Amino acid sequence: MSFINYSSREINCKIVYYGPGLCGKTTNLQYIYNKTNPEAKGKMISLATETERTLFFDFLPLSLGEIRGFKTRFHLYTVPGQVFYDASRKLILKGVDGVVYVGDSQMERMEANIESLDNLRSNLQEQGYDLDKLPYVVQYNKRDLPNAIQMSELEETLNPTKVPSFEAVAPKGIGVFDTLKAVAKLVLTELRKGG
Amino acid sequence: MIQQLVMYEEELQQINRICEILHRDSNAKAVLVIDKNGQAIAQAGDTAQLDVTSLSSLTAGNVAATGGIAQLLAEREFAGQFHEGEKTNVHISIVGARVILVVLFDERSSLGLVRLRVRKASSELTSVLDVMVKKSSSGAGQPSVFSEITDDDIDNLFND
Repeated sequence: MSFINYSSREINCKIVYYGPGLCGKTTNLQYIYNKTNPEAKGKMISLATETERTLFFDFLPLSLGEIRGFKTRFHLYTVPGQVFYDASRKLILKGVDGVVYVGDSQMERMEANIESLDNLRSNLQEQGYDLDKLPYVVQYNKRDLPNAIQMSELEETLNPTKVPSFEAVAPKGIGVFDTLKAVAKLVLTELRKGG
Repeated sequence: MIQQLVMYEEELQQINRICEILHRDSNAKAVLVIDKNGQAIAQAGDTAQLDVTSLSSLTAGNVAATGGIAQLLAEREFAGQFHEGEKTNVHISIVGARVILVVLFDERSSLGLVRLRVRKASSELTSVLDVMVKKSSSGAGQPSVFSEITDDDIDNLFND
């Protein structure tokens, strides 16, 4: 749920990175954090296990600048990808304004990709959202790996509705900001429509 | 369809005033009002050295997780939480099912006093929130400036 504060002239929006375990959601946020000016970002919080798997969520507050005199702030969240953390994923989707689905390009992760995408759709439905009506983009991560599947096949399986999609290598930053910009634009465009 | 919560000057002033009175009357270090999705709405007291943004997000996550536990136990909601620290204690309560009221306090106050003052502040906050939600949903107050946003405005955000 976007939060518009006329008093302090701020727009706050929530973007959630979703996807199967180890697909690179946290890596996306870490890259954004490392490459953003200190004045435009807050502290990045990772609630992770001792082996650095996301336990509850990662959180990164970002300021993108002003639009018509309003400061735009985006709160980026990741969900824990592992299947058994489903209760946590549902909580994090509450109040979401835009979704990034991060798919893993590796052949052996296709089943996990599909399961996670189905899980996203059904968890959103439970909260009263329709993925087809939300600002939504897809990122295919790990494009540099030798076992990466062809883009056409990924698109066909993971992006049947043909939302904007991006190839990425998150640790190197390839595609990371393109993805973020695309979803942020969609969220602001939705805001213009009056929500 | 994005749901929106809109805060106008008048309601924010009222919420700020409730926070200030609660801060004073409960001898608290700081008082925060946070929406359930983790956005900070208002604050009072000694918040200069606090990372309010992070605190808000984590508190909302905490409240959401506790709400999840309540559901599993067939409880409607746990209305409050209390964390006792060596120097700072935290009292967290849900107000009007919409926002989270956080009171940070130390040995200059007590849990009993904080609870008492929070109860009064909560009922006042609930009334203000009701008005705020009505205004948000009806779009009353002032015309949306966002309908005038152009593609160029959005593109300009990403030019650097």
